[in-house]
Amino acid sequence: MKGLITMDDLTNEDIHSILADAQRLLPVARGETYLPLLEGKILGNLFFEPSTRTRMSFETAMKRLGGDVINLGDVKTSSVVKGETLFDTIQMVDGYTDIIAMRHPRQGAARYAQDAARVPILNGGDGAGHHPTQTMLDLFTIQQSHGTLEGLTVILAGDLRYGRTVHSLSHALVRFGCRLIFASPELLRMPPEIVEDLREHGADVTETDDLLGNINHADVVYMTRIQKERFADEDEYAKVAGAYKLHARDLDNAKSEMVIMHPLPRVDEIHPSVDKTRHARYFEQAFNGVVARMALLCRLLGIEVPAEIGGGDA
Amino acid sequence: MAEEHNMRRVTAIKNGTVIDHIPSGQALKVLELLNLTSDTSVPVSLVMNVPSKKMGSKDIIKVEDRELTQAELDRLALVAPESSIAIIRAYSVAEKLTVNLGEEVRNVVRCTFSNCITQNLREPLPHRLRVTKTDPLTLRCHYCVRPQNLDELIHNLL
Repeated sequence: MKGLITMDDLTNEDIHSILADAQRLLPVARGETYLPLLEGKILGNLFFEPSTRTRMSFETAMKRLGGDVINLGDVKTSSVVKGETLFDTIQMVDGYTDIIAMRHPRQGAARYAQDAARVPILNGGDGAGHHPTQTMLDLFTIQQSHGTLEGLTVILAGDLRYGRTVHSLSHALVRFGCRLIFASPELLRMPPEIVEDLREHGADVTETDDLLGNINHADVVYMTRIQKERFADEDEYAKVAGAYKLHARDLDNAKSEMVIMHPLPRVDEIHPSVDKTRHARYFEQAFNGVVARMALLCRLLGIEVPAEIGGGDA
Repeated sequence: MAEEHNMRRVTAIKNGTVIDHIPSGQALKVLELLNLTSDTSVPVSLVMNVPSKKMGSKDIIKVEDRELTQAELDRLALVAPESSIAIIRAYSVAEKLTVNLGEEVRNVVRCTFSNCITQNLREPLPHRLRVTKTDPLTLRCHYCVRPQNLDELIHNLL
């Protein structure tokens, strides 16, 4: 494996073994143990569009492991605004770093960068395409909650059309025999080519506009934000978005071990009353971004994570 | 008989290339794919919608004084993958060629998805479409992985 562009770059065995590395790295991610496995290594953070969690968690992951980070900085003041091609930008950063984490507004940019680069590329999101490092932290959170990835019923809800996190995650879950329920307004349905792909891989996929009516079947409810700008007018948005909001009272008939996840930021699709329920996992999920990315950085840089790491309860 | 008659609709050529068994109505696209529409000075003849035993009806193109290369002919995979090609020398068939689809169509067309990284024409890496199925022909962009609409693709020739 050179880089991580889509989940197809990882086998199921790779996924299990990276998640096991992540589990052992938890005390390092929490700052309870200092383990400079990546000392002397430099990560290039190339974020061509805004990112808070992904960029910061990559930076934290690298620094917790003793590595260093350089940032592209604001795109508006970088060479990109002067018309530099992605190819040229990558040639430059490739020479400065050992590994690159990248987010770009154009789909396919990460694969393109990987073809142009000597160092591994970690795709931190390319247009509406893929977001595999988010998927790894999502899988880590699901496994942490249920003890397995196999055979779960997962509802993916909200904006399934433009939400790259749900594209990568659904591909991965199908490989572990999960049943998928896609709950979204008509306008924001999962792209048909993705549904077709999933079904070709034997997936049990249901498409519906009914989120609340399906909650009692779910082991995981993965919420995403519906963006106002996707709709022609505000009234239509208000009408549609209302059906994809979760309140604590909606969870009365949910399975006791069901977990609610969200890639964040949330706006009002999860009411704060849910935060205090046993189902809420989105803040742990955000923290898990650090540990999952630590494990991925080690794997792509060819650094083995020790079988035992002291200094804290993993 | 019908096939022979078709071939005689235009004069036999002395030297050059004959492309036969082009799906009916695709000849103009084939000319476009081979850059034989405006930038050529050699004589080109085409017949369209003539009867064919094998295909019902078909198009035929004859290009005089030019032997098309295998690489040029492979571009036909997008619209005429089943076509048969003969290189003519001194009125005789000197070589028979077929179109090779291969696993990838490289630098022939660019991805049709409006937000693909390859839409920036200054990006220097090759345009690559992967063949994911042959029947029906299904192509996906190597970079953005979007499936391609073949009718739209023909407008994106490089």
